[in-house]
Amino acid sequence: MLQLEHIRKTFPGVVALDEVSFDIATGEIHTLLGENGAGKSTLMNVLTGFYAPDCGSIRLDGQAVRFTSPRDSLTLGVGMVHQHFMLVPAHSVLENIMVALQGVPLLFPRRQLREKIAQTIEEFGLDLDLDTPVWKLSIGAQQWIELIKLLMRNCRLLILDEPTAVLTPQETEKLFKVLFKLKQQGKSVIFISHKMREVMEISDRVTILKKGRSITTLERGNFTQNQLATLMIGNDSIPEWQKSLPFSNELVLEIENLSVRNDRGLADIDNFNLQLKKGEILGIAGIAGNGQKALAEALTGLTRVDSGRVLAAGKDITRSCARSSYIAGIAHIPEDRKAVGIAPDLSLDENLILKNFRAPRFRHGIFQSRSAIRRNAEEKIDQFAIKAGPKGSPVRLLSGGNIQKVIIARELSEQPTVLVALYPTRGLDIGSAEYVHKVIAEGAGNGMSTILISEDLDELYKISDRIAVIFRGQLIGYVDPATASREQIGLMMSGEASK
Amino acid sequence: MLEILLDATVRAGTPILFATLGAIINERAGIINLGIEGLMLIGALSGFAATFVSGNLLLGVAAAFAAAFAAGSIHALVCVQLRGNQIVSGLALTMFGVGCTALFGRSMVGQTIDGFERHAIPLLSQLPVIGKAFFNQDWLIYFSFLLVFKIWFFFYRTRWGLELRTIGENPAAADACGIPVNLYRFLAIACGSGFVGIGGAYLSLASTPMWIENMSAGRGWIAVALVIFAGWSSVRALFGAYLFGGITAMQLRFQAMGTTISAHILQMLPYIFTIVVLVVSTLRLQKGASQQPGNLGQPYDREDRK
Repeated sequence: MLQLEHIRKTFPGVVALDEVSFDIATGEIHTLLGENGAGKSTLMNVLTGFYAPDCGSIRLDGQAVRFTSPRDSLTLGVGMVHQHFMLVPAHSVLENIMVALQGVPLLFPRRQLREKIAQTIEEFGLDLDLDTPVWKLSIGAQQWIELIKLLMRNCRLLILDEPTAVLTPQETEKLFKVLFKLKQQGKSVIFISHKMREVMEISDRVTILKKGRSITTLERGNFTQNQLATLMIGNDSIPEWQKSLPFSNELVLEIENLSVRNDRGLADIDNFNLQLKKGEILGIAGIAGNGQKALAEALTGLTRVDSGRVLAAGKDITRSCARSSYIAGIAHIPEDRKAVGIAPDLSLDENLILKNFRAPRFRHGIFQSRSAIRRNAEEKIDQFAIKAGPKGSPVRLLSGGNIQKVIIARELSEQPTVLVALYPTRGLDIGSAEYVHKVIAEGAGNGMSTILISEDLDELYKISDRIAVIFRGQLIGYVDPATASREQIGLMMSGEASK
Repeated sequence: MLEILLDATVRAGTPILFATLGAIINERAGIINLGIEGLMLIGALSGFAATFVSGNLLLGVAAAFAAAFAAGSIHALVCVQLRGNQIVSGLALTMFGVGCTALFGRSMVGQTIDGFERHAIPLLSQLPVIGKAFFNQDWLIYFSFLLVFKIWFFFYRTRWGLELRTIGENPAAADACGIPVNLYRFLAIACGSGFVGIGGAYLSLASTPMWIENMSAGRGWIAVALVIFAGWSSVRALFGAYLFGGITAMQLRFQAMGTTISAHILQMLPYIFTIVVLVVSTLRLQKGASQQPGNLGQPYDREDRK
């Protein structure tokens, strides 16, 4: 039905896609598989008209088409659920869906549209109030709205960009049921994921992208999980993982009845309790948007705590600001590494001393010691294997993995007792992710405790000693990754069961 | 006494009302327009000049709209097509408006025209207290009432309005729905600017039917502040503008009564009030009552990688 041929797309300084070709048949679920940064989203943005390709052609039903804007692709029935949802948080569910409909007269027949939308929502067995503003909804519900928008436009090709990243295992099942139903209706689906389990379950065909090139396309039955993994990662081998050493029973961090309210006055963290032992890697599992960010910010002193206490080695640090938290030994790998983790336009040298620039070793009186700062940078580049650009160039030009290394190098430079890592491997390729895991595990060996907040269950299973599950800002319970099943954690993540 | 004060309030508030409505249309599309002051002057001069030459007031209003529409298009070009800095472009527009009206307005200084006259609306103007103030006015004031309602209707009851609001909140989302973001933004800026121009024309065609250099006297800046006070709502803009009009009317009244307070202090009142309004409404914004369009001040580039 649709063919993409020899697509090439470059961004300033990067070749995002090179000679990518693939095709979709009517009524098939076609998976795009690839590591982060392999070009999956870019390719789909080309297909939906968001990005104009440098060269290559798109054919729909044999006809060459050119998409110069998302409008063009929508008219031809190609719709996409983007990874960052295209919704207006301040508008109601109704408004968000209405604005996406086609052929609506200038003056809305409100009642009629309302009924039609409510009907569609019911068909999917969703419980959505049309007048709720979207920001009040869970991320999972927001994704359903995006899907409903496309279905009401009668798209015949639906593109879903990592839809399962924001869903519990149970919600994923429901999504898959819907996708199978759509397939029976003769619609085509492009499904993007890097979770093997899901890919195996749902795909008719799989196309593997690697570093901006399409490697191969395989039919169902012709591939196994291992084959796909090898093709996706190529020669980067995954080392066998050794669980970290047993940890002591000494408490380094205690959180007591912590509550944090957000700008809108709602509780992000609600009566949260947590205990962290020395040398322990404590995973925190939960669907994004259930208070993980507020928890990390409260621990690192970046947000105001409304009630409750945080004790570090018995000392109350609840009201301390970011700098004194750091001195108290809490390091932080933030979620948004480019916006919060680094000062993008400063150089690598400067970024590495952002937190301890006042240390006497970097100073001559009131002046900075350029040579000491440079020496420090050289040490870190060496120690953490950072691929640094030319000396003095802004750090934002580095790749995601290298930026993450810069942040880790800086955060670990003062031997913290606790590391709060928020989605530390999100968007990294497997090699870099592996490196992050190694650093955390080595730190644990040296007595550093880690709070690892992640939505990737595989990651949590792999390196955590204990997993705590968070839901709507509350601790649902702890599980032992050695014995707990995915289903159990999934239920806890959706607040339906506690241990 | 109250009737006279109310009447003066409406007359002083109307130019600010037009300007605020124009600015709201701009900001609802996500574009900050600091050129309001300049646009008012451009509207005032072109309106006056067109009426002076043709003798037709309606033609004057049309000319004010057209001239401000054209000047606003410069801002639109810079902010939408070229994705420039909206603050700088807006400030430049104000300076351009002040300078160019001073230059081309020299021949108009001291000329007079017959300005808009009052037309009482039967029955309504007989209402006690408010009747005279609101329904024994000129046509431009009646038009401003209509405009307040029309803009509210446009934003909340029509598809274009919803689409425009979506653009102001999240242009990428609008783009993904197939809405031509740049075209809408361009038109919103230009039309909004046009209404600001009519606000200026009210000064030179109705308030004081003559051209005085820099006759807007900071009203454009008050309008910029009022947008925040009004929470980007045209109906609340009406109240905001009349609040300012009321203060202006009162200080004139005080002066006429011959108080001992210096006239300069009294004339400061509307501007002091602007500062108070900004402080209060900013505090309110921080408390989470934000109505501010989510993407205000950000240029939109479809291929921007976040």
